[in-house]
Amino acid sequence: MSAAGTGWEPVIGLEVHCELKTETKLFCGCRNAFGDEPNTNICPVCLGLPGSLPVLNMRAVEYAMRIGLALHCEIRPSIFHRKNYFYPDMPKDYQVSQYDAPINVDGWLELPDASRVRIERAHMEEDTGKTSHIGGGGRIHDADYALVDYNRAGVPLVEIVSAPDIRSSIQARLYASELRGILVATGASDGRMEEGSMRVDANVSVRPAGTDELGTRCEIKNLNSLRSLGRAIEYEIERQVGVLESGDKVTQQTRHWNEDEGVTVALRSKEEAFDYRYFPEPDLVPVVPDAGWQSQVAASVGPMPADRRDTLGSLLGTEPLTRAHADQIATVVEHGLDGLVTAAAAAGVDVSLALARTANEASADPEAARRLDASAFVALLRMEQDGKLSATQAKTVLADMLENGGDPAEIARRRGFEALDTDSLATVVAEVVSAHPDEWQRYRNGEDKLVGFFTGHIMRATSNRANGKAVAAELRRLRA
Amino acid sequence: MTPGAPGAPALELARSVRAGSVSAGEVVERHLGAIDAVDGELHAFVTVLHESARGEAAAVDRRVAAGEDPGPLAGVPVAIKDNMCTRGLPTTCSSRILGGWRPPYDATAVQRLRAAGAVVIGKTNLDEFAMGSSTENSAFGPTHNPHDPTRVPGGSSGGSAAAVAAGLAPLALGSDTGGSIRQPAALCGVVGMKPTYGTVSRYGLVAFASSLDQIGPITATVAESAVLFDVIGGHDPMDSTCLERPAPRTVSALDDGVEGLRVGLVAELVDGADEAVGARVRQAAEVLAAGGARVDEISIPELGHGLPAYYVLAPAEASSNLSRYDGVRYGLRVEAETAEAMNAATRAAGFGPEVKRRIMLGTYALSAGYYDAYYRQAQKVRTIIIDALGAAYQRFDVLLGATTPTTAFALGAKVDDPWAMYLSDVCTVPSNLAGHPAISIPFGTDGSGLPVGVQVLAPSLGEAVMFQVAVVVEHGAPVIAPPRIRAA
Repeated sequence: MSAAGTGWEPVIGLEVHCELKTETKLFCGCRNAFGDEPNTNICPVCLGLPGSLPVLNMRAVEYAMRIGLALHCEIRPSIFHRKNYFYPDMPKDYQVSQYDAPINVDGWLELPDASRVRIERAHMEEDTGKTSHIGGGGRIHDADYALVDYNRAGVPLVEIVSAPDIRSSIQARLYASELRGILVATGASDGRMEEGSMRVDANVSVRPAGTDELGTRCEIKNLNSLRSLGRAIEYEIERQVGVLESGDKVTQQTRHWNEDEGVTVALRSKEEAFDYRYFPEPDLVPVVPDAGWQSQVAASVGPMPADRRDTLGSLLGTEPLTRAHADQIATVVEHGLDGLVTAAAAAGVDVSLALARTANEASADPEAARRLDASAFVALLRMEQDGKLSATQAKTVLADMLENGGDPAEIARRRGFEALDTDSLATVVAEVVSAHPDEWQRYRNGEDKLVGFFTGHIMRATSNRANGKAVAAELRRLRA
Repeated sequence: MTPGAPGAPALELARSVRAGSVSAGEVVERHLGAIDAVDGELHAFVTVLHESARGEAAAVDRRVAAGEDPGPLAGVPVAIKDNMCTRGLPTTCSSRILGGWRPPYDATAVQRLRAAGAVVIGKTNLDEFAMGSSTENSAFGPTHNPHDPTRVPGGSSGGSAAAVAAGLAPLALGSDTGGSIRQPAALCGVVGMKPTYGTVSRYGLVAFASSLDQIGPITATVAESAVLFDVIGGHDPMDSTCLERPAPRTVSALDDGVEGLRVGLVAELVDGADEAVGARVRQAAEVLAAGGARVDEISIPELGHGLPAYYVLAPAEASSNLSRYDGVRYGLRVEAETAEAMNAATRAAGFGPEVKRRIMLGTYALSAGYYDAYYRQAQKVRTIIIDALGAAYQRFDVLLGATTPTTAFALGAKVDDPWAMYLSDVCTVPSNLAGHPAISIPFGTDGSGLPVGVQVLAPSLGEAVMFQVAVVVEHGAPVIAPPRIRAA
């Protein structure tokens, strides 16, 4: 952390826009889909044609409430406002958004490091279309012309605004990553930063460490990955500290993150900021979710990532939770593969093994892994645990199961993965030991790390058919 | 009068068409002929839909021939104010900025008319985007008053009012944001009605001021007004502000009389009007009293704040509603170096002076630092007016007043004085701010033979009692001579 020990404290708040994965758009019946042919999911309403009127998609309201509930927000009666400004890909030249009466207010999000970030609000709004600048290298000012795709216009968004509670780029990344997990867990959004279904803006300021007053902030846009979020915040903190230390003042600005050059560049200052002329949207009526609806939605929201991590951790029982476990658990939860691990634990299979196979192998193809038959997965783990399959063989069988499904025993048979019987293994081990007398002597003298050396040779000699645990046991037996 | 001839009551036409004694094709042909003959002088229409009207009439005739129900308005020509969307047919709002645009959909009200068997015969002239009180703010030139072509027909639904007055269409739709149905109806000697906000879908009505706009009928008689209202009214899932109520049934209440009804004669809606107009309103009150109603005077001074509040709120909403005319997607585009420059150039060329004035007024009223002083203040005034009218309806079933302070004024008389023009709406604006229904009924003329309109105001969803009173006023009204310009 660059600012640590410099006498400056960074203060960061994040604004996260996430697209809701409703079937249809926020105010019309058009399909809400990513990647379709341009201008195929459009109608008079989302094109803002004269005379058209919005009708609120109640499923989007429900998804917004799910997000609010997952973030411990209070759900309030809310109204929509119009945010007026001109942009060619915004059909009505105003955006329908929630302003001073948002649906979700005053929540919080707990990060895996146990810190809490307050959520000021999580409100609904509509997305804009997408402009492509053609010619002149795709830059706005050199372009020959522009094309606008309105498929995205009117797609429902929820904007989640945190309080300025974040103090480092690492914490900011944690927050964004945890929030993504929550969005996915609620089923409200798929949280894909690379597809733009989750977009993050960062408000960054710095102040002398130990003071309470907020410094002048800059808003950074165009953060398309967790990596750019972290880098941009780092850069911006250093830039602002530099400005302040040279005796200047930070200017309140909107800044653009340039990923290639690793710098933020001023877009516009406060004086140039738009006057959005917000006023209540007269074409819509207030949204007042009653208690019955709220509790219905609350019941439909499953446990949040933090709770699920706790549940998986508790499956380890008396086994100590290592850093590796924690990382594996995070991965399992992130990809929604909790069921594989809980099934293994319920069947009495080693939870560490289940976590490792789920996090390291199954999560390589999360969608296939979510379709995986849990009992087949448990059977596979049992074969490995009992020494009927080596780790390498088990991984191969699992890959096959992910791709084609099927019974692990059957797959193992088909592939000729018969476990090496004890006698054959003993023979191979004896051969390898006698071929490396010096190493054997050192191993006998207590150099335990040579287990790896022997195991490697034995695995090669058996074409990975040996079970690692059985090999270790045989080596120990010979040494005794 | 031969069956199907222009000038015949709408319901008579529908009866003849349904009975097969005249074809919808013939009815439409005669009306098209009348339009072609006199509209050069009147200019009530922006677009006459010869081709599509003939096609729609033929469809009605096929249904009659096949023994199907062709609908209650079978074969009745109807004129539509050109700020309502008609699928595949020009919809201009009398503005250059919508040049060439043809909406891909019908307004709900238009759809319901078609479903009832009516034939859309043409799109009528209006003040650009319904902003005005004389139909002089049309990019295509003014409409003339059929009673005196040197005078305005009122506005903004001047084309629809003039068309009905001249017998070119038995029924018409207008839209009323601050009086735009009732004021031209009064000036042209026809019946104009603004429904309760939320009873008629706004879907497909090109927005001027969304919280005030309402589509309503312009007709020759009160009975036709009620019929047309019943056809176009009722819930529409495409308009979130449309009330979740079944279609209205007001026709059945028309003959109930006014015996025992309490009528409030509103001092502010009489005293501010010209003497001749005020006298006619008092005469209408006597007609109601003679019919058994209890008429008392009432003063509602709060109504005086209506106009200033309206001229903050309506332009504020308009400034936002009209920002979509940016040259990007449809209508006029003036090419320029950047998107922003294209937007500015398109709007500079596409909008007329009154529209620009209101966009500027409204933008100002919503700007940071002025919102509280203007927009929020005007909303408070709106609440005050709603409360004041609410108190009045504790004592009265309906209120009575003038529709307009004056009869039709000369073309050009007020075009250079926006405030004088805005004052034309002083009697009509309160109903829009309150969302209440109101109707203008022709009631004799002034000393120059120009029609006078009397206004009946009712509380929210009070259309039935409003029509009930309006019919009695209509029956007691002095006869007005036929207009100078009319269908032969």
